[in-house]
Amino acid sequence: MTTLDETTDEVLQLAAQHFNIPREQLYATDDFFKKLGINSLQALDLLTRIEQHFHIELPDYELQGVADFRTLAERIQSRL
Amino acid sequence: MNSFHGRALSWQVADGVAELVLDRAPCNEIGSIALAELEQFAAALPLLERDSHALIISSARNEGFCAGADLRELYGESHPLDPARRVASVRDFLLRIHRVMNALDQSPLTTIAAIHGIAFGGGFELALTCDLIIADKMARFCFPELRLGLIPGFGGIPRLKRDLGNSVVRDLILTGRSINATKAQSVGLVSQVTAEGDALRVARATAAQLCKFDRESAIAAKRFIKPILAEELRREIDIFCELFTRPAVEAGLRKFVESTDPLPYLP
Repeated sequence: MTTLDETTDEVLQLAAQHFNIPREQLYATDDFFKKLGINSLQALDLLTRIEQHFHIELPDYELQGVADFRTLAERIQSRL
Repeated sequence: MNSFHGRALSWQVADGVAELVLDRAPCNEIGSIALAELEQFAAALPLLERDSHALIISSARNEGFCAGADLRELYGESHPLDPARRVASVRDFLLRIHRVMNALDQSPLTTIAAIHGIAFGGGFELALTCDLIIADKMARFCFPELRLGLIPGFGGIPRLKRDLGNSVVRDLILTGRSINATKAQSVGLVSQVTAEGDALRVARATAAQLCKFDRESAIAAKRFIKPILAEELRREIDIFCELFTRPAVEAGLRKFVESTDPLPYLP
């Protein structure tokens, strides 16, 4: 069973890789819209990467109001 | 006209394959300019059909295939009108876009949508007119209209009902959620999923294969397989127009147009 910390770390890795940002600059509590400087379409790209990586479906409405990586990881955890 | 280069799209024919390329910032929203050029394309189709066997529709925009109707223009043009004129205006727009979509849907060419990025709302509906949808693995499909208090209006529901199981149609329309290419393939919407950035290349390879087939046989097969949905398409326009003047729709459109939310494509 993957822990929330492990999932959060994987999300941070994915975001760093996808947006070409050093992993060490990203933190679980970061607001990913602000930290990554991304728009809605780029957020959907990240969602697609997450779905592919974790082999899950994560409806986009579950992301409404979610801005930090930790909460995003919680949403992913509930689908694993 | 075998080639055209406009403000929202271009087309050309090479080796028996016509290619229609959408290219209008930010993501090929369909407003008055795109519609007028799509109408030009529909008018040119009979000529293209003489010289081609297949048609590929793709996007030159990095952002994706098409984000659907230009809601900002729709709101800006309809908002000042009284309800009766608002309905008449939107009905006229829908009748025009339906004529284009129907021409694509029933074209004797074998049609392929090459999708990357988003195919949302009217963009999804444009893809649904095609015989095959080839999507790269980062593509996403969505009908967000119900979030605005509307239903898809470019022929999307009848075509979705034609192509997919009703439970999938209900899921997509009633939740308004977006699905990725893998999911879209698993429900039968997408015929091939490609690596990132490879949808157009694979669409061209597929078109090259189709061009080897006897043309008359391909046309006969398509006519037999792909039913015409005239009555349902008319009904969709009626329902859309019935819903359009409701205060909830006006409020939903205004919220979308004025939104600074990080997810404006998901109202």
